[in-house]
Amino acid sequence: MSGVSISHVNRTFAKEGPESTVALEDISLEIADEEFVCLVGPSGCGKTTLLRIVAGLDAANSGTVTVDGETITGPDPKRGMVFQEYSLFPWRTVLGNIAFGLEMKGETREARTRIAEEYLDLVGLVQFRNAYPFELSGGMRQRVAIARALANNPDVLLMDEPFGALDAQTRNVMQQELLEIWEKTKKTIIFVTHSVDEAVFLADRIVVLSPRPGRICDNITVDLSRPRDRTSVEFAELRRHVLNLMQQCRLVR
Amino acid sequence: MRGLPPLPARQGRDLLFMKEHWNTRKGTLLGISAIIATIILWQAVADLIVQNRFYLPSFTDVAGSFLDLVSRGTLLIDFEISLLHFAIGLGAALVTAVPLGVAMGWYRDFDRFINPIVEILRPVPPLAWIPFAIIWFGLTHESAGFVIFVGCFFPILINTYTGFKSVPRVFVEAGKVLGCTRDISLIRYIAFPSAIPSITAGIRIAMGVGWMCLVAAELFGAGGGKYGLGQKLWWYYNLHQTSNVVVYMLLLGLIGLVIDMVFRHYIEGRVERWRAGEVRT
Repeated sequence: MSGVSISHVNRTFAKEGPESTVALEDISLEIADEEFVCLVGPSGCGKTTLLRIVAGLDAANSGTVTVDGETITGPDPKRGMVFQEYSLFPWRTVLGNIAFGLEMKGETREARTRIAEEYLDLVGLVQFRNAYPFELSGGMRQRVAIARALANNPDVLLMDEPFGALDAQTRNVMQQELLEIWEKTKKTIIFVTHSVDEAVFLADRIVVLSPRPGRICDNITVDLSRPRDRTSVEFAELRRHVLNLMQQCRLVR
Repeated sequence: MRGLPPLPARQGRDLLFMKEHWNTRKGTLLGISAIIATIILWQAVADLIVQNRFYLPSFTDVAGSFLDLVSRGTLLIDFEISLLHFAIGLGAALVTAVPLGVAMGWYRDFDRFINPIVEILRPVPPLAWIPFAIIWFGLTHESAGFVIFVGCFFPILINTYTGFKSVPRVFVEAGKVLGCTRDISLIRYIAFPSAIPSITAGIRIAMGVGWMCLVAAELFGAGGGKYGLGQKLWWYYNLHQTSNVVVYMLLLGLIGLVIDMVFRHYIEGRVERWRAGEVRT
């Protein structure tokens, strides 16, 4: 039971001088429990800002975001986040990173280790439990970051271009693994990406944002069955459709 | 071009290994031979050219003085007293400069408030504090410790401050979404560990500066005027026993080196295990 409700959210960034940038304009979006939603749009369209507002790391100028009817006022472990850059704490081991949220919650050492090991197993990195982040590859680091976010058992998982820095091969593998994790944990996922291919492969629903001011341009339900085949005709058609939409959004604004 | 036929893989590897091995040994040998050459040159210049033990005591003079001082047993006391002064100064600097640097690095308003005072006091050379060290603390261990404290304080403060200022934002945000939201927890669990490399670098610099201040402080009698490596250096100068002066000079250098090596070994072994993959600056 973790629907996210975004209603009439506006966000403007003040700049020097009288001008200001409108990052988000009147964004309203309903996300159902256990839904996998991808936010796509060109860079600078405010998709990351929207995600940060849901996370509580940024505040809207007006409008509200609620999760299960509860208004968001600040960061909360109920909403886990996976960042674009490497955000693992380099001074902690893999296990220490995953256990961080549990430590903040005040769990006992035994409980922390037990739960962290469960999630370590979920992302398939058991043999790296005592490694430090610098010893891991980019893909492994993001796996640990996912496990770290999930270890808090959040209602919603927010992902900000988590695979953006990975090579194409690793990226595809990670997308597949993320879907498997989602199947197992049944979290509501809001996933920001600029890759249409990624969005079509992952999402139940794709929300296309237009740039400056960031507005919701279209809302596409993806009814392809999983596992999806990137090379299938339907996949290609949907991808073309989303790409066209993005093109139109840019012209209309 | 008609090159040589390539070596079989194993043979090539062995050759490479031998070459590397020889390179390290060559390095050690070169170092040792440079020291020996310097000693011979020193002895020759002292004995054959200067021919004046006051102006330039020879190597054998200094070695003799060293053995003499060891047998008299004062060297150890001097060493202990100097270490005490050093510990007072460094200890006091650690317990004050680290918290102050943390507060300045984390709380912006506090930084703005205190920064002008820091910037005014920072360029004052630590040795300029000697008169007030003696006025405030008398000719005690504490007054020598105070001068060393001033020397150690600013490098630790500045490095703690910079370390806190350069905590990557994503670490703080990751901490926040994981439930670490209070300032005190963010400082303890995120900012402090992230700043440790910078803080330890500051402590290393502070130890070097403090060791220099030690000699000057003791030389002015700030340490009680009886024992201490710097005090004795000046004492033997006044007695015109320059070979003893050289013994203390070399000891001061050696102990400074050892302190630095022990600290580095400790830090690299424990605190900075996680930094092994980074490029050291």
